Amino acid sequence: MKADPHGVLTGTHFIDGDHACCEGALAAGARFAAGYPITPSTEVVERFAARVPMVGGTFIQMEDELAASIALQGGVWGGAKAFTVTSGPGFSLMMEHIGYAAMTETPCVFVDVQRGGPSTGLPTLPAQADMMQARWGSHGDYEIIALCPNSPQECFDLTIKAFNLAEEFRVPVMFMMDEVVGHMTEKVVIPPADQIEVVPRKHTHKSVEDYLPYATNGDMVPEMAHAGEGYKFHVTGLTHDERGYPNMTPQTQDKLVRRLQNKIRIAVDRICLFEEDGLENAEVVVISYGITSRVAQRAIDMAHERGLKVGKLRLITAWPFPDKKIVELAARVKAFVVPELNLGQMVREVERAAAGKAKTFAVSHAGGGVHNPEEILRAIVEASRC
Amino acid sequence: MLNVIDDTVNPVEPFLRTDRMPHIWCPGCGIGTTVNSFARALIDSKIDLQTLALVSGIGCTGRVAGYVKLDSFHTTHGRAIPFATGLKLANPKLNVVVYSGDGDLSAIGGNHLIHAARRNIDLKVICVNNLIYAMTGGQTAPTTPGHATTSTNPYGTFEPAFNLPHLVEAAGAVYVARWTTFHVRQLSRSISEAFQKKGFSFIEVISPCPTLYQRRNKMGDGLDTMKYYKEKSKVKNGAPTSEVGLTLNGEIVVGKFVDRDRPDYQSMMRAQYVESLGDRYIEEPEMECVCG
Repeated sequence: MKADPHGVLTGTHFIDGDHACCEGALAAGARFAAGYPITPSTEVVERFAARVPMVGGTFIQMEDELAASIALQGGVWGGAKAFTVTSGPGFSLMMEHIGYAAMTETPCVFVDVQRGGPSTGLPTLPAQADMMQARWGSHGDYEIIALCPNSPQECFDLTIKAFNLAEEFRVPVMFMMDEVVGHMTEKVVIPPADQIEVVPRKHTHKSVEDYLPYATNGDMVPEMAHAGEGYKFHVTGLTHDERGYPNMTPQTQDKLVRRLQNKIRIAVDRICLFEEDGLENAEVVVISYGITSRVAQRAIDMAHERGLKVGKLRLITAWPFPDKKIVELAARVKAFVVPELNLGQMVREVERAAAGKAKTFAVSHAGGGVHNPEEILRAIVEASRC
Repeated sequence: MLNVIDDTVNPVEPFLRTDRMPHIWCPGCGIGTTVNSFARALIDSKIDLQTLALVSGIGCTGRVAGYVKLDSFHTTHGRAIPFATGLKLANPKLNVVVYSGDGDLSAIGGNHLIHAARRNIDLKVICVNNLIYAMTGGQTAPTTPGHATTSTNPYGTFEPAFNLPHLVEAAGAVYVARWTTFHVRQLSRSISEAFQKKGFSFIEVISPCPTLYQRRNKMGDGLDTMKYYKEKSKVKNGAPTSEVGLTLNGEIVVGKFVDRDRPDYQSMMRAQYVESLGDRYIEEPEMECVCG
């Protein structure tokens, strides 16, 4: 379906990534947000708080991130598209509710504008060190989706994508920004509402008598109902059967948890988005995401000037990880260079998927700034010689 | 429709997920009794069940959500109130009840309890207070009276306990009552009254945990506890909540302590937006756009 025009601020804007993310959420149909202030993410909900009363929706500032991350799920079951926004320390507090959203299949978006950590770390400075936390931070086995924008324009475009994926798969989607992308001001073009595709909620059309809240069809994503519609359904974070009733048997656990994983895994090819350039003849491929991809681009250009055969693979979807793409490249390139604003997170995935078929060079950075392109170039040169 | 004269049908049965019986609660536990009173309040208040949602946290009382035939949410430990807050804000037409235990609501969820009362968000909170963490085996709760024996205070508790009615009154609740599971009719009446109130209502129900609290403290079984509640409860409607703290084996002051009016969160929100934005304020969330 097309976007609700009330939420779409069509036009050409000069805004930062945080504001663009907010506009993306509004365009995607988000009409409820619960937040708690934290640098460098707060501008997203500040804008939402200013905009949403005139669009038809609600923002509430909760007493902490635990409250924000579950209030938004109450909003979803009340019928709204909803999200919350935070940064590292708040993201840590939200982990339990990412698990709750995964288990109860509550479609929602968690925006994490990453800053340096651990702990309070670098409140106003960038990092990309929450990438593994986004994937594995809550306990138990589950799958999520994570997207990494590298510009304010993508903060707009991919926020819509994040909501659409959340609705399609009934899964929490992590929107992994970083401080630089969040605070970088650039041109953002917001198209007319009738050019924006939004995925509606997978709402059941079944009668009250026929509706089984967690029964699935071929695509493994159950149909949803909202409170107040007469379905009298039950939602629990306990292991549950198709009726949504708690069931503590290993069989029910196995069936449920495998489905929660497989509904994402069977769709990996569709979910995994990346930008690639010069991969055909590449001997070395630079794999990056978020703000680091823009620094990496400079390093790649410098390498080209030196005549090196370097290709670019930018991960737009970080999770699920695009194993297939890495396996395919590992068979024909010498090495991967993986710069990221952490001491080695996504590079582990590259190494795992490459399985020794191509070498992997991490270009780590503890955060607080971005790489110098020269550092990445040095790794490219080294990788080219291997 | 429901026929309360037909004695072959338990009148509360239509409110229960009978396909989930038997329940997990122990013999002598008071939680089922409170659910009975709740169901009777639903009958008496003639509330539209389709508009009613029930939210629980984690623990023995947290299991109520799984047994009532309503839109019901068994959330995470301590977070029933913020979930309910989101539910109510997204769909203001819903009547939202939070049904949970003392540990869930006042320890891990204590911050949410006071902030929801401060906001005066329109939620009806039923807090079953068995004075202990029951589901996990009888550990000390913020409500456990001094000198009681628990599994984590095997030599007796010594921390001061929360007086919950006093806490929520101070934080801003518009309706505060306390009963015991002996006072089934009074409890029903209080729940019905809370449904008539707009704003944050809090009903505490003192309830036995014969398995862990009563047994460890040599207070007998469920029936003995009923006798204790009968003998030691004193109805004091309007009692100052500062004077209704509980002690081990002591008097239990019950009654309706607070019944006042102040604007609820959503009324204040609307008024503020109308004042600031005038016609530009769009009041009703456009839920239609979500489902296509």
